[in-house]
Amino acid sequence: MTRADRSRLPDIGPDPPFTFPRIARHRLANGLQVRTVEHHTMPVVTLIVQVDAGAVADPLGREGLAAISADMLDEGTGDLSAIDVSDAFARIGAEYDVDVGPDVTSFALTALSRFAERGASLLADILLRPSLRQTDFDRLRQLRLDRLRQLKDSPPAVAERAFLRLMYGDHAYGHLPIGNATALGGLALEDVAAFHAERFKPSRATAVIAGPLAHDDLRRLAEGAFGGWEETSPSLQGHPAGDVEPMASQTRLAVIAREAAPQSELRIGHLSAHRNSPDYAALLVMNAVLGGQFVSRINLKLREEKGYTYGARSGFDWRRGIAPFSLQASVHTAATADAIADCYAELDGIRGERPPSDSEMALAKASLTRGYPRGFETAHQVARAVAQLVLYGLPDTYFEEFVPHVSAIQSDDVVRVAERYLDPARTVTLVVGDYQAVGPSLGPLGLGEPQVLAADA
Amino acid sequence: MENTTLPYAKRTLSNGLDVIVHEDRHVPIVAVNVWYHVGSKNERPGMTGFAHLFEHLMFEGSAHHNTGFFPPIQRAGGLLNGSTNTDRTNYWEVVPTSAIDLALWMESDRMGYLLPAVTPERFETQRDVVLNERRQNYENRPYGFALMAIVAALFPEQHPYNWPTIGSVDDLRAMRLEDVQAFFRTYYHPSNASLTLAGDIETDRAFDLAERYFGDLPGGSRPEPVRASAELRHEVRLLLEDRVEMPRLYMAWLSPAMYAEGDAEMDLVGDLLANGKTSRLYRTLVYERRVALDVSAYQSSRELGGFFLLVATAAPGQSLAEIEPLIGIELQALIESGPSESEMERARAQIEAHFIYRLQTVGGFGGKSDQLNAYNVMRADPGFFDKDLARYRDATAETVRETARRILGFDRRVLLSVVPRGQQHLALPGAESVLVS
Repeated sequence: MTRADRSRLPDIGPDPPFTFPRIARHRLANGLQVRTVEHHTMPVVTLIVQVDAGAVADPLGREGLAAISADMLDEGTGDLSAIDVSDAFARIGAEYDVDVGPDVTSFALTALSRFAERGASLLADILLRPSLRQTDFDRLRQLRLDRLRQLKDSPPAVAERAFLRLMYGDHAYGHLPIGNATALGGLALEDVAAFHAERFKPSRATAVIAGPLAHDDLRRLAEGAFGGWEETSPSLQGHPAGDVEPMASQTRLAVIAREAAPQSELRIGHLSAHRNSPDYAALLVMNAVLGGQFVSRINLKLREEKGYTYGARSGFDWRRGIAPFSLQASVHTAATADAIADCYAELDGIRGERPPSDSEMALAKASLTRGYPRGFETAHQVARAVAQLVLYGLPDTYFEEFVPHVSAIQSDDVVRVAERYLDPARTVTLVVGDYQAVGPSLGPLGLGEPQVLAADA
Repeated sequence: MENTTLPYAKRTLSNGLDVIVHEDRHVPIVAVNVWYHVGSKNERPGMTGFAHLFEHLMFEGSAHHNTGFFPPIQRAGGLLNGSTNTDRTNYWEVVPTSAIDLALWMESDRMGYLLPAVTPERFETQRDVVLNERRQNYENRPYGFALMAIVAALFPEQHPYNWPTIGSVDDLRAMRLEDVQAFFRTYYHPSNASLTLAGDIETDRAFDLAERYFGDLPGGSRPEPVRASAELRHEVRLLLEDRVEMPRLYMAWLSPAMYAEGDAEMDLVGDLLANGKTSRLYRTLVYERRVALDVSAYQSSRELGGFFLLVATAAPGQSLAEIEPLIGIELQALIESGPSESEMERARAQIEAHFIYRLQTVGGFGGKSDQLNAYNVMRADPGFFDKDLARYRDATAETVRETARRILGFDRRVLLSVVPRGQQHLALPGAESVLVS
């Protein structure tokens, strides 16, 4: 037996071949777009119905409508009550999950193959024919209002909500899906019914199915459940809200006071880029170097060098419209101002003062490309990945093209996109923390007088 | 029924390291997973939080790779992480098949040669990181101290489940570098570890590689098992003030140890009471009466003994004193009449499906490699998957009722009221203030 050679790390072999899933496109007679992927591992099927009914569809003053509408769907259909629906899913061991995003809402069902038909039919019942009863609406609205109150105590939730607002202001992207108390309090069941009638139609939805069946069988599964979905009225072909350009924020520094908080929750960023930008691959690599993974400048600086935080990261909050880029961390109160200064220094660094080194580039790219196949292990992962392509209008060849695109990025490209898409002068810093303790240390940062916000502003 | 099974091969190296291999060639990745049979249960009062702080040091370098563990694995396209609980510490990588040598080299190097790389600077930094982890996940989080108060009341002071795995701030600040060395020698060696490789790798090759990288590490002696027992003879009522909007009630009981008789039944009790809208407590408290915003219940299975926890958050205007008897009625009904056959069928369908869902990933927390190690370390039987599932298939309405009756006594439980600051009147009557920090 040869023993390990401990004088150096072992080499990595050639990248193993991997065949990315082939996506088949179908269009049902009612216009519903269907994407199928054969995924032969376990006897498990995932079906995702993605509807153009994300939070961006909330009219001004009715923030929270899309989310409560999505929540109402499994509250009953036909003779089934909310309890009966939950019971029916449970009896086949199915997982039902709703995700209200900025642009779309997706309804995901994962079931054992032998229950796939039953699961799909239940899903169709609730999405197409929800009961929308007043008592259920009253209960859900109250639960959501109470949830909003609870979120005031959670620093990450407070920061997320305020940061979106600082980024987008009154723009339709400027709120969390749950909305705000005033708007939610003013919603009525009729609003939900109207929203459902307007948004839940085959022309505004896509079904994605992944599982251990042939494409035709997967398509038949969708057809059996959703073939009877009728296009009730022509969709209004208005200007999608996500296309509207938001106003640039005037604020540079905002604080939400949390008395005696042991840590400051930080968000540092600004509106930056679009998901379908030709610079997407370069932006991904830039983010990986800056804060997109454990071995990134921000995390190594704030966690591994200084011990200020349990973890710091950066990222784009992608959507169809312009997306914010932000650095995020929860840092020890005493380290707040220093951590903010470090973040700004890293923004300057990647914009040219300290271009990514060869080794940083190699690590960032390899981590993105060599790790890529890992995201295609389960039917659920595959279905989600395909749903993302649908959301952003990306080609079915996207998965195969990902690795070559990322591999082509050079250090110069990263600096170029950092200069173009990151702008310290436009950057907004939000601190949720002990204002009394950190307030005096913020002045020297040169970000001006802080705008003090309420936790539920 | 689908063929639910988790095939494997196992060998034990001459130094005592268990090696388990599971082939799954669907995606060109391999999961490497190592369990050390050490957790916060191996700590003593005064050194709480040590096992977890030690885990952090395992990522900072080893003798032959004297710098961070993340860069080489990430450069190879891999993921890595680790975690510590009361009973065990696990470390894992999920790497492309091409990087299996790298992952094994690194895992074996820190198993055999960690100490030369543990410097005072690294120790101090990771102490600060852990103090920040504690602030982020406990101190600055709503209801973040509740579980600390509960385990402190359920388990006696000398019982190692009396303190949280994250440890106390004073203990974390008091730790010294010398303690790291003793801890490593006692617990971090092949005969106290279990290595699983799962994924795109041939079984024979996996065993060869395990032998190559781990075979010459010195074995060490298996630490003495920790023994401790707990008994609660009366009801304890506690009160904690917190920066929260809504009062929340926690009920906790001592319960069977992991895989012990009644453990699976208590899992089922948790499902029947509070899993989904169909569950008894959700239906009563949240759906029908609307006195609670949420309710959850689960069996926390652990090696030396478990606890069963039930949690309900009051709706605005509701006092915990109004909610507690409603929970009591449901508990009483379960104890007296047991679940219906229909409830049992539903619970079994969910559990069987979830056993299959669990087989979808080779690595990471809860993936197949993690499960095989759990079965090996806790049961000395990586093949326990089928027996594990059988525990739930074999449970009957009567065994569930009988276990609930045995465990959920009203006269031997901890009732913790967490209330908004300054609003002690919202707590259950007779609750005594506790200080947790």
